Amino acid sequence: MLSVQEGWNVRKTMLLLVASSAAFLLILLFLGFWLSNDNLRLSMARNLPPSWEHPFGTDWLGRDMFTRTIKGLRLSLSVGALASIISVVVAIVMGTCAAVFGKAADAVISWMIDLFIGMPHLVFMILICFIAGGGIYGIVLGISLTHWTALARVVRSEVLQVKNAEYIQISRSCGKSAWYIARKHIWPAIFPQILIGFLLMFPHVILHEAALTFLGFGLSPQTPAIGIILSEAMSHISTGKWWLVVFPGLLLVVVIKSFDSIGEQIRILLEPASSHE
Amino acid sequence: MQEASASENSLSRDAERGAIVAKSIVIRLVRMATLLIGLSVLTFSLIHLSPMDPVNAYIGGDTSASPEQIEKFKQYWGVDKSPVEQYLSWAGSLLQGNFGTSLLYRSPVLDIIQSRFLTSLALMGAAWLLSGAIGYGLGVVAAANRGKLMDRIIKWYSYTLVSTPIFWMGLILLIVFAVWLKWFPVGLAVPAGVLESEVRFIDRVHHFVLPALTLSILGVANVAMHTREKMIDILNSEYIVFAKARGESKWQIFKNHGFRNSILPAISLQFAYFGELFGGSMLAEQVFAYPGLGSTLTTAGLKGDLPLMVGIILVSSLFVFAGNLIADILNKVVDPRMKGAV
Repeated sequence: MLSVQEGWNVRKTMLLLVASSAAFLLILLFLGFWLSNDNLRLSMARNLPPSWEHPFGTDWLGRDMFTRTIKGLRLSLSVGALASIISVVVAIVMGTCAAVFGKAADAVISWMIDLFIGMPHLVFMILICFIAGGGIYGIVLGISLTHWTALARVVRSEVLQVKNAEYIQISRSCGKSAWYIARKHIWPAIFPQILIGFLLMFPHVILHEAALTFLGFGLSPQTPAIGIILSEAMSHISTGKWWLVVFPGLLLVVVIKSFDSIGEQIRILLEPASSHE
Repeated sequence: MQEASASENSLSRDAERGAIVAKSIVIRLVRMATLLIGLSVLTFSLIHLSPMDPVNAYIGGDTSASPEQIEKFKQYWGVDKSPVEQYLSWAGSLLQGNFGTSLLYRSPVLDIIQSRFLTSLALMGAAWLLSGAIGYGLGVVAAANRGKLMDRIIKWYSYTLVSTPIFWMGLILLIVFAVWLKWFPVGLAVPAGVLESEVRFIDRVHHFVLPALTLSILGVANVAMHTREKMIDILNSEYIVFAKARGESKWQIFKNHGFRNSILPAISLQFAYFGELFGGSMLAEQVFAYPGLGSTLTTAGLKGDLPLMVGIILVSSLFVFAGNLIADILNKVVDPRMKGAV
């Protein structure tokens, strides 16, 4: 009987969970490209509550909310991906510099990390958005400048651990260059941590992006970003059009939660200490 | 004889410890001061790097500004000097409490911040206390029922809350309580169309509940999860096994061991949460049109009121840094187990 259960051990269930979350996100992304912009044209079907034809209802201009939400999520995800990648690059550079270039560099970078962790993030994102003059640049810049800190700390400690390992000393005494060692030995060793850091950073980034657009920074009101959809819907709440708020937000929560669970499961699977739990 | 020397010994040890504590607090204060200077340099260079001319940004296309006013702005920023001199003159006037004049409200930035800060502080304070108490309670309950249904529900709730945008939560509460049930008004800290002097306390409370509730609901997750972890560690320790063997009840174990060991990390976590709290209150204030510091910052940012924006940014950063400092001190210095280790 026991052997039957072994077919579905914890590891496999976890992998299935990751796969299904990833499939869900891919379907959303695919829908984002597939749904035609025709559904966003103004029509006479205004203020319809959810139905089979319009799963999320329509808004006060007759636009299909489902299409708007999916397109908005596509935009949020691409902005989030771009900002996360930039933050990861900054984190790798800062973390490696802190670990490699001696005590002074380490102290300076630790101080900078403290500075960036300590300040209220949303407040600084607003300043950066304002100074960049709005637009996607401001949002991407603002988010990537404030999210690199935690991962930089991880990279620093990982590199510190790896850099005195025997195989790297041997490689060095074989006359390999610092660049070769970084590329062939150090980065592959810290890659899992970076992947996990990226995946766990993503939900935060999307949340902050949504918050910024909700407050009205960055994107123009015509863009179907998820924050803009919600902030527009805010003025229609008092007339009882709940579907304008509930469904887009719910989908956003589900998307963020799927990312979070993918990151969390992969972390558990990749970390040797917890992979057998 | 022996007793006297023992007490003397402990006295000198106390004094020694006092000195160590004072020293480590001073070190942290100095560090915080350097961070604040760094922050002001960062803010200044961001403004300086931007393609905008600070004088133009300050005046913001306001054609009514007289030449003398423009001259005053130029003097305030020290436009003609080198960046370092500009920074020094700017920082100097900040230290004297001169944050400039808001373009939107036409009054000194510091006055506006003072009047808005209390409204925000009430909101954040209430949410801070509520979320801390509820989060701690949930964490303890979850740890005590580890692996059972209760624990799973609390865990699921906390993890879901982490992925929930605070403004969406606010909108949902608004729909349920203000639009459907009509228990609370839709927005503003006071009823519309009523003079400031006629606003009763109960009205203020009435308008205050929903934003405070929104902030508290989401603030719970962090403390709950950390308290749960901490509590599970404590419950797995040997002194708990011994306490059980002595026949202490669950409540006694919590009172004598669990509470004492877990309350300090929880409190310091709440202090470190100031940054998130301020961000959250900005969003909640926007949703509920609550006239606090956060919504003022949003308006200032959208309307391009740079002096007001910079003022609020610096004040809120000071607030957040103070929270981090307190958290650090609580964690490393106040904890009696850290005696001599600081």
